[in-house]
Order: sequence, then structure tokens, then C-alpha cells
Amino acid sequence: MAKLLEVRNLTTRFRTERGAVMAVDDVSFDVDAGETLAIVGESGSGKSVTALSLMRLIPNPPGEITAGSVMFEGQDLLKLSDAEMQAVRGDRIAMIFQEPMTSLNPSLTVGLQVGEPVQLHRGASWKAALEKAGELLARVRIPDAKARVDAYPHQFSGGMRQRAMIAMALACQPKLIIADEPTTALDVTVQSQILSLLKELTRETGAALILITHDLGVVARYADRVSVMYAGRVVETGTAREIYKMPQHPYTRGLMACVPRLDGVLGDRLVPIEGSPPDLTRLPPGCAFAPRCSVAEPGCLKARPVLEDVGGGHRKACFVSVESGVPAHA
Amino acid sequence: MLDANVAGSPLLVVENLKVHFPVMSGTVFQKQVASVKAVDGVSFTLNRGETLGLVGESGCGKSTTGLAVLRMLDITGGRVVFDGQDITRHDRAAMRPIRKRMQMVYQDPFGSLNPRMKVVDLIAEPMIVHDILPNRSARSDRARELLALVGLRPDMADRYIHEFSGGQRQRIGVARALAMSPELLICDEPVSALDVSIQAQIVNLFQDLQQSLGLTYVFVAHDLAVVRHISDRIAVMYLGRIVEIADRETLYKRPQHPYTQALLAAVPIPDPEIEATRPQIAVTGEVPSALRPPPGCRFHTRCPRATDVCKTEEPVLRDLGGGQMVSCHHV
Ligand SMILES: Nc1ncnc2c1ncn2[C@@H]1O[C@H](COP(=O)(O)OP(=O)(O)OP(=O)(O)O)[C@@H](O)[C@H]1O
Ligand SMILES: Nc1ncnc2c1ncn2[C@@H]1O[C@H](COP(=O)(O)OP(=O)(O)OP(=O)(O)O)[C@@H](O)[C@H]1O
Ligand code: SF4
Ligand SMILES: [Mg+2]
Ligand SMILES: [Mg+2]
Repeated sequence: MAKLLEVRNLTTRFRTERGAVMAVDDVSFDVDAGETLAIVGESGSGKSVTALSLMRLIPNPPGEITAGSVMFEGQDLLKLSDAEMQAVRGDRIAMIFQEPMTSLNPSLTVGLQVGEPVQLHRGASWKAALEKAGELLARVRIPDAKARVDAYPHQFSGGMRQRAMIAMALACQPKLIIADEPTTALDVTVQSQILSLLKELTRETGAALILITHDLGVVARYADRVSVMYAGRVVETGTAREIYKMPQHPYTRGLMACVPRLDGVLGDRLVPIEGSPPDLTRLPPGCAFAPRCSVAEPGCLKARPVLEDVGGGHRKACFVSVESGVPAHA
Repeated sequence: MLDANVAGSPLLVVENLKVHFPVMSGTVFQKQVASVKAVDGVSFTLNRGETLGLVGESGCGKSTTGLAVLRMLDITGGRVVFDGQDITRHDRAAMRPIRKRMQMVYQDPFGSLNPRMKVVDLIAEPMIVHDILPNRSARSDRARELLALVGLRPDMADRYIHEFSGGQRQRIGVARALAMSPELLICDEPVSALDVSIQAQIVNLFQDLQQSLGLTYVFVAHDLAVVRHISDRIAVMYLGRIVEIADRETLYKRPQHPYTQALLAAVPIPDPEIEATRPQIAVTGEVPSALRPPPGCRFHTRCPRATDVCKTEEPVLRDLGGGQMVSCHHV
């Protein structure tokens, strides 16, 4: 079966006073119809820039997609005209941002905003679009939805605004939803309500989901597959079960070891990853993780590892193999 | 290590603490129209060398509790007793000698630190304010010593704050808090802004400092796994009240309050196989406004176990034995 989305060698950089920021560096991944792919990584690892690049929303200048392709339903999105891309956005691909207050217009009613994609992409009348908005708000379980079509965003709580964003994303039954840290600003109990709702709705509509998060717990609960990013690159990718059971990349292993767990053994000391992420304008020639890596070999500083299959679609970009501790490039 | 005879006496006793903020309205004549009961009857004791975790969702009163203990806010009711002294009504002058002994560590160390000051001056500033080391070079030496204590290089003292990463800034924030050799640190979300790989470094630092300096912590955080890791006892707050307090083992193994249970169930565990079989959450909706907390049990609007009595009668904290206290009609 053809992939819904095939991202190949995507490279996005920003020109700044300090030099070129390699925000996304040769990133490749696939998304199948109906599946949830989590992109996980720390702050500045390039998750949002990846998402914005797919949607062609990178501000230029200072940003530029310098290489790669984004095949979506057989079409390279990077080759579309602006008007053609406009027709894809909010229709076949929808995006949910982290902070709904900045992505909802405070001076327009929620109903107008949730209904807009229907009016824009389906040529519906505003009356029909507003009616649809009421249905969509009910679908994301906003109490009293029909009456709330005329409310303004500030009259909604944080959780309700995020529900409204989900309703807007669902408006045209997209094939792919990209949710960039959709619940980071919300309380834990609300967070799990919203993520469960999003997951349930994608299951119902058959939409695929790219879920961007820095929370390994969220990944474990909601994702089918995972791509782990570090310093603009994908360092490991595979099914969630595989990656949690047998993380192969030293960075992924480090991440798993350094987060305390609700069910962890009490009294154990956390094992931090020493040092901090690299400056993206001054990336080392070898593996970007090498300066922090506890199993790095001299070769890791010289050449850059690429993603290689370690079995069953599980891939990692690292020279050193976990079991033996022997570098793969030796 | 700690002295046996001081180790037993509580360093901090908080009794029925209330902090209400007036809500004013009117254009010409401001009039109080309501009050936010940010903290509304909170009690706990904290022994020397112990860590009390304070958890709960946004707006439940965690920061306000911390600020009130430090007397950085006016207290509406109840008592705060620090090392045997009732400081509830202390004025600035009376607080001066005590404020050295209790310090705050903030979430965003960058926001709370002056960008135009060198690190050495940032750390020395509280020593000047409290007249600790009169001599500039002695203060500078002490600052370098503190940097080493929090795992930074002493020569970093001459740099500016923007040259440091988030984790390093938090270390500097901790060094500054330690400048007065305090006994109690109120840590308000000290690792929330940090990336997970850095978070672990800072959590370990807090634990090391507690070991070597015998510090006592109130550790405020919304990450329940971090709180479980670092605390001896944990208080769960909801809308200005403690709904459950227990030692960490009990709280996480046998949570009794429906809110504690919901909160714990909402936190995903980083293991897909465990997640596949965990029961899903039972609470709906969001935390009501602190301006109009629901009558009766404040949690009744979201509680899966609520009955009529919950809507009218306020439950009180009851001791279930073993130091576990819960306020719920149905436990
Ligand atoms: N407009 C811009 N100009 C310059 N640099 C940028 C711009 N937008 C992003 N970057 C840089 O690109 C890199 C990747 O940023 P990105 O926002 O993708 O990170 P992220 O993984 O989403 O992090 P977070 O978890 O903090 O959201 C960062 O170093 C960031 O500073
Ligand atoms: N100075 C103030 N004036 C009026 N209301 C206040 C003030 N400070 C806090 N509040 C209110 O008191 C309540 C408790 O706030 P507090 O900051 O203690 O919560 P918190 O538990 O620390 O939340 P968070 O997790 O968001 O930091 C909130 O409803 C808040 O809006
Ligand atoms: S008192 Fe009632 S409403 Fe409150 S937590 Fe217990 S069962 Fe729920
Ligand atoms: Mg981002
Ligand atoms: Mg707070």
C-alpha cells in the first residue's frame, strides 16, 4: 500500500546574524494512512520546523527549505504553487498548534473560525458553515455546542479552545492532522482528555496523526510509531513498542533513563545526559550527539551516521551497536 | 549529617493557612467586590531535612502557599510557624533575620535574574542586601565557592547570564538562593522549564545539596513523576485546599481521594505495553474558577463518586492512619 506521506531528505535552515541555523537537517520519515506517528525530541531539536516545513509555513526570509521532498498522496507538496498549497492546507492536511490563543483570532467568533475551512474549501454558504461548526463543536464535546457558536475565544477555557482547534482541524475531514504539542499548556487531567479525544476522532475518521511532543509518556500512550529527533536530525525511528523495549540510539536510551516514572523504583538516582544540546549554527562534522555520548568512539566525531535498518523497520543513526558496544564503522 | 535532637522538631508548621486576594471593581472608587480564596485552609508540617511535594493543577494555590510561608504575601488567616517562631504577623523588620533562613528558587531563572549583571554579582547581591560579607573580595570568593557547589566552574562567575543554557541558569539560581546558607528552600517549579535531559541533572543537584547541607524543601511541581522522585511526603491541592497528603509510597500506591486517583491516572507512563492496559481517566471538565469555588466538596463538579452530600457539605481532612490524610465523604 502506498504511504500517505513520504518525507525525504527534508532540510530547512534559517539565516541569522550568527550564521545558518540547520534547524532540520536531512530528515526522512513516512506516515501511513490512519496511523499516529510521534515526533519526539527536546526543545530546539527541529520538531516544529519539520511540521511547518511540511505545511510550507516557514517564513522566508529568514527561513528556507533547501532540499528534500514531501510526497503527500502522490504529490510533492514542495513543488506546488502557493495557491495549490493553500488548497491543501486546512483541507486534506490540518494543523493544530500549541497555543490556541495565538492561533484563534480573538475578534472573530469561534463558530466563524471553526466553520471557515468548510466555507473556504467546500464552497459552503456561511449559514451552512456555521451549522457545521455547531456540529463539529458538539463532536469535540463542547457542552452546549450550538449555543457556543457565537462565543469569542476569550470566553472559552484553555481546554475548550484546544477542543475548538481540533474541531476546526476536523472540519474538512483531513487525511492528515499535524498536532504540535497540542496540550503542553494544559493541566494534566485536561491534557489526557484532549489527547484521548484527538486519538478517538482520528480513529473514527481514519485520519493519520503526526503528534509532536517532548513527553515520552504521551508517546507511549498514543503513538503507533516514533521518530526521535536530536539537533535537527532523526536519530531513531520505529514502532513505539520496539523503541521503548529496545532503544538503540544512545540518545534515545539516555532519554528513557533520565525521566523519572510514576512506576519507577523509589530511591534510584536519575541518570542524566551530561552536557547540553549543540549550537545549531556550529554543528560538529560527525554525530551531533557525540560530545554528550557515553559510548562514542573516535570515528563518531569524524563522520556523520545515517539512518540504518536494525531490523523490522526499526532504524537508527549511530555507528556503535548497542549489544556489543563495538562501533559499526570499524 | 543532622543532629539527632534537632532532626525531630518540625522546621515548618503551617496551620489552616488562608490567603485571600481582594477583587476590586469600579472606575473612580475602587471597591472590593469579591475575593479569590487562593489558599483556603492549608495545613502541614515539615521536618528538617525533609521534602514536601506540592502538586495540583494550575491555580490551585501552590505558589501562593510558598509565597505566604516566606511572608512575601499577607496572610488572611491561620498560622505559619518557622523553627518554633510564629511569623504570621511579622513585619519586614521582624522577618529580616528569618528571611535569610528561607529562600525561594523560581521556575524561570532567567526571568528572575538581571541580564546586565555578571554572575558573580547576581550571587553576591543577596549577601549585600543582608549584610553578610562586607568585603567585596570575600563575597566574590564565596560566589565562586557556590558556583562550584552547584556544579559550575568558578571562572564562570565573570560571565553574563545570557551566555548560559537553561540548566546552567537554574544552577545559578540555586547558587544565589544558597548564598545566605538557608535551611528551607521553597522550590517553585524549578525544573518545569527545562528539557528532560537537563531536568535530571538539576533534580540530582537538589538531592545532593539536601544530603550535604541538610536542606529542607517544599518542592512545587506539576510533574507528578518528578515530585514522587524527590519528595518524602506529598500534598495534593485542589482549589486552595489540600485534598490528600501522605508519604510518597502510600500516595502513589494507594491514593484514596478521587482527585488524586484521577491525577495519577492522567499521567502517562513511558511504556506502551503498560499504557495499553492502564485504566483510562474518569474525570471530565476543567478546574472551576477560584473566584466561585463549588459549594460542598470543591471537587464534586468533576468527581465520579460524588453524591448529594458532596454538593452541600464540605469534607474535612481525616487521618486514615500511617500519616495519610484525605478529605472526601466517600473514603
Ligand atoms: N524564525 C526563526 N529564525 C531563526 N531560527 C529559528 C526560527 N525558527 C526556528 N528556529 C530555530 O530552529 C531550531 C529548531 O526549532 P523548532 O522550533 O523546530 O524546535 P522544537 O523542536 O519545535 O522545539 P520546542 O520543543 O522548544 O518547540 C531552533 O534552534 C530554533 O531556534
Ligand atoms: N496577586 C494575586 N491577586 C489576585 N489573585 C491571585 C494573585 N496571585 C494568585 N492569584 C490567584 O490565586 C489562585 C492561586 O494561584 P497560584 O499562583 O498560587 O496557583 P498555582 O497553584 O501556583 O498555579 P500554577 O500551577 O499555574 O503556577 C489563582 O486563582 C490565581 O489566579
Ligand atoms: S467528597 Fe464527594 S465529591 Fe468530593 S471527592 Fe469525595 S466523593 Fe468526590
Ligand atoms: Mg516546537
Ligand atoms: Mg505557581
